[in-house]
Amino acid sequence: MTTVSLGQVAAALALVALAAAISLWRRVDLERDIGIAAVRSFVQLTAIGYAIKLIFEADSFWLVLALLAAMVLFGTLTARSRAKRVPGSFWPLLIGLTVAAAATLGLVVALGIFDPTPRYLVPVGGMVIGNAMTASAVALNRLGDELSESRPAIEATLALGATAREAAAPFVRRALRSGTITLIDSTKTAGLIFFPGTMVGMLLAGADPTDAVRLQLILLYTLLGSVAISALLATTLAYRNFFTRAQQLRDSGR
Amino acid sequence: MTTRSPPRRRYAAVFLRAVRDHARVLFELRDLGLTRGGRRVLDAVDAEIESGATAIVGPSGSGKSTLLRLLNRLTDPDVGTISYRGRPLAAYDPLALRREVALVPQLPSLLTGTVGSNLRYAAELAGGELDPNHCLGLAGLGPQFAQRDVGELSVGERQRAMLARALAQEPRVLLLDEPTSALDHQARDAVEATLVQLRRDLDVSLVVVSHDPAQASRLADTTLHLRDGRIATPTVR
Repeated sequence: MTTVSLGQVAAALALVALAAAISLWRRVDLERDIGIAAVRSFVQLTAIGYAIKLIFEADSFWLVLALLAAMVLFGTLTARSRAKRVPGSFWPLLIGLTVAAAATLGLVVALGIFDPTPRYLVPVGGMVIGNAMTASAVALNRLGDELSESRPAIEATLALGATAREAAAPFVRRALRSGTITLIDSTKTAGLIFFPGTMVGMLLAGADPTDAVRLQLILLYTLLGSVAISALLATTLAYRNFFTRAQQLRDSGR
Repeated sequence: MTTRSPPRRRYAAVFLRAVRDHARVLFELRDLGLTRGGRRVLDAVDAEIESGATAIVGPSGSGKSTLLRLLNRLTDPDVGTISYRGRPLAAYDPLALRREVALVPQLPSLLTGTVGSNLRYAAELAGGELDPNHCLGLAGLGPQFAQRDVGELSVGERQRAMLARALAQEPRVLLLDEPTSALDHQARDAVEATLVQLRRDLDVSLVVVSHDPAQASRLADTTLHLRDGRIATPTVR
């Protein structure tokens, strides 16, 4: 098994310094954010690394569940902060992430793809929730922009006696597409333009390339499912918050 | 010696006159108030809109479009009540109301596709049969417009296509928000002529919002004046 020292991690900071230097040179004003990102990622990943180590040693399904629940909640709050124009986005996001995580993890366990042990559930669950969070945030962000900026078109359709669902349908479709297209594109180009992270990690750890590729494929397909589920649920539930029970488009701020 | 009609006949005449007057009243607006973005858009609006053609006139920002949108419940007032044909608006199914009281907005917003697909969509929502040529003709457009993509239409043509789409639902009332605001004089006159002809051809009442009092006189029997969200003295021609 490959071991990585703190010295090696510190050496990698040279590249962070390079990113900060480019920002300074071109006056992009991101040096502070780069610094914060480096510090936060170090602290957060170190903390979660020790937490995962404890969970692996405890070998408790309930601890795993608690960790995944915490990830879902944190992912919901993070995605909500990116979809500021969508009113009441908390519950659609929470439901979307929860169902996406439960459905995909449940399916991979039920199909015998992974064992229901912490060693599989924690990292795969983290990937599923993280990608579902990103997809939902992008989808809701797009939904918020579309519904806020297309009021005349939506009201013209409502004025014909269409339901809110019918009037919002084209915009929900575009939002859903936005949320899922990134992962679809990266799945299409996996192996051509880049090597996905799990495959790289396994290769670095000395795994057989065939096993690394197969595991990566399993994960990519799992992520496609989770991203589609979370973005679909989030947009389908969230668009309703733009309308009243009388099928009226809410005034912004109401 | 004066002759007086028997009491029963007098009461019947009064009753029939009340029924006839009530049947003429389309909308009753009582003490309407509405605030948006901290601004009082409508304030203590009391009015009756009768069958026929009514214009709502006032300067920009006087609340005309907002008042129009209240009439088919695209929005609701904060206070006050609106009745349509004697029943509160809230008693109607909003979707059915909007098909009967059709709003043609100021900004033409047609669905992607052809004019014909827009007409079909509107007719399907209303659950009715569509005669596209008839609807296009009523709006002053030829049958060839059914195949035209909406992206190719001029502003005036889009305005008429919106009107044709609303007519595809066979509404009883047409609410028109500044129907000629984006048009030159020639196009404006053509659309006004279309609306006048429409009143002759169909049993449909019009409520027209305009900033132009002269247009109001050409199109409407009655004019309501709005200023700063309040009704000024109504004018009857």
